[in-house]
Amino acid sequence: MATTATPVHTTQWTRKDLLGLRELSAEEIHLILQTAESLREISLRPIKKVPALRGKTVVNLFFEPSTRTRTSFELAAKRLSADIVNIAAQSSSLSKGETVLDMVKNLEAFKVNFLVIRHAAAGVPHLIARHATSAVINAGDGAHEHPTQALLDAFTIKEKKGRIEGLNVSIIGDIAHSRVARSNIWGLTKLGAHVTVCGPPTLMPPAIEQLGVRVTYKVEDAIKGADVLMLLRIQHERQEHMLIPSLREYRLRYGIDAQRLKGAKPDVLIMHPGPVNRGVELESSVADGPYSVILDQVTNGLAVRMAVLYLLSGNQKDEEGLLHA
Amino acid sequence: MTSGNGKGNSRVMDAEGLRRALTRIAHEIIERHKGTTGLALVGIRTRGAFLAQRLAKEIEAIDHHPVPVGALDITLYRDDLSRIAPNPIVRATAIPFDLTDLSIVLVDDVLFTGRTIRAALNAISDLGRPKQIQLAVLVDRGHRELPIRADYVGKNVPTSLQEHVEVQLNELDEREEVVIKALAPATGEKP
Repeated sequence: MATTATPVHTTQWTRKDLLGLRELSAEEIHLILQTAESLREISLRPIKKVPALRGKTVVNLFFEPSTRTRTSFELAAKRLSADIVNIAAQSSSLSKGETVLDMVKNLEAFKVNFLVIRHAAAGVPHLIARHATSAVINAGDGAHEHPTQALLDAFTIKEKKGRIEGLNVSIIGDIAHSRVARSNIWGLTKLGAHVTVCGPPTLMPPAIEQLGVRVTYKVEDAIKGADVLMLLRIQHERQEHMLIPSLREYRLRYGIDAQRLKGAKPDVLIMHPGPVNRGVELESSVADGPYSVILDQVTNGLAVRMAVLYLLSGNQKDEEGLLHA
Repeated sequence: MTSGNGKGNSRVMDAEGLRRALTRIAHEIIERHKGTTGLALVGIRTRGAFLAQRLAKEIEAIDHHPVPVGALDITLYRDDLSRIAPNPIVRATAIPFDLTDLSIVLVDDVLFTGRTIRAALNAISDLGRPKQIQLAVLVDRGHRELPIRADYVGKNVPTSLQEHVEVQLNELDEREEVVIKALAPATGEKP
């Protein structure tokens, strides 16, 4: 009998697409989390499949490489009995000069129901959503948003801490280039958490505090009193663009190791959206240590994506004025 | 029939009638199963799950053996999912035991078209292979659309399609009763 005290949310889902957390209300976020909580059990069954999305088609349209997110969406669709097609941009007709919108129109001519889109440029899923009748899910657009990642992070925090409201969450790393950071800031602040962002000044976007977060450049400040430490991946190209002197320097100033973790709360959670750069933002002993919930995040991501697919499927029934059986 | 609590409503079961019906069903289940060995109850959310809990208590009080109880959410198995918008809220299925080779009694509040039971049968067969599945309902109101019948019935209540049967239970509602209500004309069956 787990989490029986969770209040029941009766908001209804009315959106066609999931593009970001910025536009969602706290109630809508709670509805997704509650639905994910109900769907999680399916992945623990011997037969991991329910017929809810039978006959629906999901297209994974990834213009940037991804293993975790793409696989997570694929399994989420399959466990709800939807069919799924994976399209990687490298092997697509885009390389023959087709525009993104032409490609989407052609995919829609196959009568698909969902487009899961990742693109290096911010706003591409939004552009597609305006032109597509399918439900569009943003699986990461540039440095803008990655809503399902932030939802699975919120789900994991709630699972481990029992609540989100009032918790101190510190996001540490390359805030400027991180869509995970942006979606989490939108989501967690709406849910009542106190969010701190921390990183080198060169990786901190100007005026970020206008999103309602505290800014610090000292990692010790971000660790002290935090209930959750959310580490972000430091990409090698940041060094090439001279935003950080070296990965070694970053590790010395911002990397989380056992020594730094001594300044943390005894029940702190260590989170990372993956893939982890071991020995840069996170020492291996911490990534694999008792405070780490990194693999729980992956498990929960599946339930959250199933919830998003299920909720969105409820709002695409008036296509051509018909109800699709 | 006793007069209900509103205009056009009539009460077909009060708290005492409801309690007696569940006690009788508990006795019938024990009698038919010759005890409680290999027996488990699965209630269909929302009110069927509470009725299953109550039945399990009744059975244990009579036979002095605990009976496993689970709760089943059939939302993901509905045959009208693609016809209703937005999608209904999903609750968790919580069946903390293996159904395989058990005799399962499905429990629901009202048996009507039979479509919920069809969905529940499919859901259960995804969870295991029971030896047998029976059905217990508090009220059978008729109008079946599928070849389904109940093995245990609290009360047969003839109704018209212009009526709605409402079961209220202490666990969720302010009252404990079964009431027949007239549907507002606008929400009646469409051609």
